[in-house]
Amino acid sequence: MSASIEMQVLKGSEHDLHPIYLDYSATTPVDPRVAAKMIPYITEHFGNPASRSHPYGWTAEKAVENAREEVAKLVNADPREIVWTSGATESNNLAIKGAANFYSAKGKHIITVTTEHKAVIDTVRELERQGFEATYLDPEPSGLLDLDKFKAAIRPDTVLASIMLVNNEIGVIQDITAIGNICRENGIIFHVDAAQATGKVHIDLEKLPVDLMSFSAHKTYGPKGVGALYVRRKPRIRIEAQMHGGGHERGMRSGTLATHQIVGMGEAFRIAREEMDEENIRIRRLRDKLLNGLQNIEEVYVNGDLEQRIPHNLNISFNYVEGESLIMAVKGIAVSSGSACTSASLEPSYVLRALGRSDELAHSSIRFSIGRFTTDEDVDYTISLMKGKIDKLRELSPLWEMFKDGVDLSKVEWAAH
Amino acid sequence: MSSIYLDHNATTALDQRVLESMLPWMQNQSGNPTSRHIFGRSARDAVEHARAQVAEACGAYASQVIFTASGTEANNFAVKGIAANQVGSQVLYSAIEHPCISRPAKALQQVGWLSSEIGVDANGVLNIAQLQQALETTTSVVSVMLANNETGVIQNMTEIAEISRKAGAFIHTDAVQGLGKIPVHFTDLNVHAMTISSHKIHGPQGAAALILDKRVDIQPLLHGGGQERGLRSGTENVAAIVGFGMACELAVANLADFNRHTQMLRDAFEHGLKLLNVTVFSGSARRIPNTSFFALEGIEGETLVTALDRKGFAVASGSACSSDSTEPSHVLLAMGIAPDLARGAVRVSFGAHNTLLQVTDFLTTLKNEILRLKQLTSIAA
Repeated sequence: MSASIEMQVLKGSEHDLHPIYLDYSATTPVDPRVAAKMIPYITEHFGNPASRSHPYGWTAEKAVENAREEVAKLVNADPREIVWTSGATESNNLAIKGAANFYSAKGKHIITVTTEHKAVIDTVRELERQGFEATYLDPEPSGLLDLDKFKAAIRPDTVLASIMLVNNEIGVIQDITAIGNICRENGIIFHVDAAQATGKVHIDLEKLPVDLMSFSAHKTYGPKGVGALYVRRKPRIRIEAQMHGGGHERGMRSGTLATHQIVGMGEAFRIAREEMDEENIRIRRLRDKLLNGLQNIEEVYVNGDLEQRIPHNLNISFNYVEGESLIMAVKGIAVSSGSACTSASLEPSYVLRALGRSDELAHSSIRFSIGRFTTDEDVDYTISLMKGKIDKLRELSPLWEMFKDGVDLSKVEWAAH
Repeated sequence: MSSIYLDHNATTALDQRVLESMLPWMQNQSGNPTSRHIFGRSARDAVEHARAQVAEACGAYASQVIFTASGTEANNFAVKGIAANQVGSQVLYSAIEHPCISRPAKALQQVGWLSSEIGVDANGVLNIAQLQQALETTTSVVSVMLANNETGVIQNMTEIAEISRKAGAFIHTDAVQGLGKIPVHFTDLNVHAMTISSHKIHGPQGAAALILDKRVDIQPLLHGGGQERGLRSGTENVAAIVGFGMACELAVANLADFNRHTQMLRDAFEHGLKLLNVTVFSGSARRIPNTSFFALEGIEGETLVTALDRKGFAVASGSACSSDSTEPSHVLLAMGIAPDLARGAVRVSFGAHNTLLQVTDFLTTLKNEILRLKQLTSIAA
């Protein structure tokens, strides 16, 4: 490590005020090329794409359709299979409620996994309130779903399964092909939340046995406020619209389309398609460097499988360090503990708990997520920052002292105060 | 594109100052407002600042503002969300509502609700007696739009709200076409819920809000991360929300000028229309100042709109959302206008940047096109 970086860390550094962004799984900056493409569509080409009577509307409509093609291309789908939404949360709600309600005559049982995003879990819970039944499967300690457990959960009245492609907290990649094949054999509609997957793993919907798939723009260097739902045409999957109105998006999703945002999503997905392979190599190198650096620290645990995982994510628990003070201590980097969507609460991550991690380890976890604009210097700085801070925090920790003295903490019986 | 834009009720161009407020959130590294680090916190601050601007502009408290992605979403949310937490009863809506009110209201019939339309008079003003009569049956939700997108007619919302409240119903108003054109004050209107939208007031598409009295028990439309007090999950569209906030601030600041200016343009325009022997709808009703809706018997609105477009004037034949279809406007049919005349309807909606010269140019073009089309139809006949 270079001396200058060490100096920076010691000084507390400028990064306390301008932290290094390592939270690409919470949201990504808009790629400058995306922003450049969007701006004309909020200034001169501002028409309503549903206005059929004048060129303001036509220009907007053409831009929307070009973007639809770009989104479809990234995942090898037909543009007619892409429905615009306001984001992955809406896509997940539309897919799950829409399909469950449409096919409810076939059965009212849904299977999902405890490590899904809240937008899936809470939507399924809402359907439970409406009379559906649900099975929430725990993944293996690796974060991956055991296929036999999935098979065992299937009932004659199972109508829908919703399982994410890439986990937002630990970055593990589920075997969607295998799960999808099991769904096909059992006549189950299969929804996949791919919000964290686009631009990170190859998705080929012509081959994948997936019926519905959710996408988000702002996790892939596009703008916030726009997403899409893939709805398979062959065999045709039907969904009940959740938003009624002008009949936009072939009746599946009404509401004026935000043209510039859709244009942004199209451009972001085009860039992802063209640059993903190269970018992943660079990001994997940075992630491995970060991993190697952090693994020199004692008592660290990587959460989730390291092989079946996107190269962008590193989720690590630092044992014998208190979670909140850890976050306070690493102000020089912008990271999250648990997912951004639940980080307002101090509860330990439900995803890590589902892997069987103790509350302590779940509390002291940090998700580092690396992206397009992360540099070697950022990683160097992060490693030295973490080493320094973990050492300091452990100096203050009585648990660490006991551990170093050879006390088996799991056998200690704590007295109640 | 050099055509003159006279379709401001469909969507509006972004104000330069709105764009400037948005650019930092579109171009720079901006965080997820839920994240606790500095990137997240600054995004959160921006969203909350915008929330205060929106609240200020429509006479509400910041805590009453729930951001959504569109007016359509806010309207669906209001109707379905309020109904979901009520014991099945009745939902009432005016016959001139946008489909994003009437369709979810009709959909409630599938779960055992009564769902009824309240008619309007020949001017497009709500039939209060009919509302009162309908409210004799237990009613949970009433939704009446503040200003109509096609005719521009303004309803007497305070009276409608009072009657609805007395009958124990929740009252919602779609104020999308009112904001920025007339004073819109949530508390004074005395409604429980109100929809407003950004792209109709020179803000960006992709942001809107449901203003909601907190005493209303509402079921979210979107479940998930629990944003917007658990009532609307999904990562906040920071750039659009910031733009919406700025657009609200500007709309209120410009309201008096907008009123005076567009009223002057419309007076001039409708004065010119008199000489062309066209029917102006709702001409004697209280209307938002920028909107003129008229028709000529014997000439299809679609045909006229297309002809005007070729001459460089962007106007609409009905609401943009339904301009895919050639059905006559449901608003005009509700007013008792004959379908043949209704098919001829054309809507002109002015904005702050239109000029008197554009109005006179437009009138000349309109006159010529009408003459040309009449000749064509007479030849065809």
